[in-house]
Amino acid sequence: MSVLTRDVSCREAVELVTDYLEGALSARERRSLERHLGKCDGCAGYLEQVRAVVVVTGAVGPEDLDPETMAGLVQLYEQYKADT
Amino acid sequence: MLLEKLLVGDQDAFRVLVGRYHNSLVRVARYHVDSDAAAEDVAQDTWVAVLRGVHRFEGRSSFKTWLFKILVNRSRTAGSRDRRQVSVDPTSVEPAVAPSRFDAAGAWTDPPTPFDDLVSAHLDDAVVVRAIRDAVRELPEPQQAVVTLRDVEGLSTYEVSALLGLTEGNVRVILHRGRAKVRAALEGAVRGGLS
Repeated sequence: MSVLTRDVSCREAVELVTDYLEGALSARERRSLERHLGKCDGCAGYLEQVRAVVVVTGAVGPEDLDPETMAGLVQLYEQYKADT
Repeated sequence: MLLEKLLVGDQDAFRVLVGRYHNSLVRVARYHVDSDAAAEDVAQDTWVAVLRGVHRFEGRSSFKTWLFKILVNRSRTAGSRDRRQVSVDPTSVEPAVAPSRFDAAGAWTDPPTPFDDLVSAHLDDAVVVRAIRDAVRELPEPQQAVVTLRDVEGLSTYEVSALLGLTEGNVRVILHRGRAKVRAALEGAVRGGLS
């Protein structure tokens, strides 16, 4: 039976989360997932975790540049300025 | 403001931009070229192109979008290899959550530990920061490039698909797998005793 015609399991629901957050599910898939989320604390918690991951990943940003790479790039910058 | 300072030759403005974006540029370059050294070169070339072109930047797109477009163009002309064809098999077995956490019917036996409040309360916590950065750095390609552009840099799925030459559907499949790994790493860190 397809995911579209019966209740999704938790194992299936977690695989729909990204498309759900991206607004890429069909109306039917979305309803099916939302019905499941409404009665499953585990999957609702999973969705909240993924939402938190997206927020925190953006807030944390890329790691700091190591001083050696920074020094090399500043040198490149000074060279560029000297040449122009 | 930063760009105006860059235009008048302010080295500090350059340092701020480089500090903020260089590592992400290298990550995304690494998707297009076949070695870390080549990716570093492409990222450096990108900064030179930024210095040359900043007076022409009109602000029609965000600086970030403009910067990554330059990077992708430099990656292509670097010629280490043509933009690779990424094949994404949506049916391949790479579950978002370890199968051992579900019973035979697919219901949770080990449900997620809620951490939304915990994580925001600990955003400055070195454990959270390290868990996220390590997880993103350890992602395989193309997940690393997609997660970097979509979640670290916050570009839209459409922009990511255009920059990487992927369909939006494939961006979502790759993003799903990458995010699942970052989530698992963060849950591991939270369960490991943040509280």
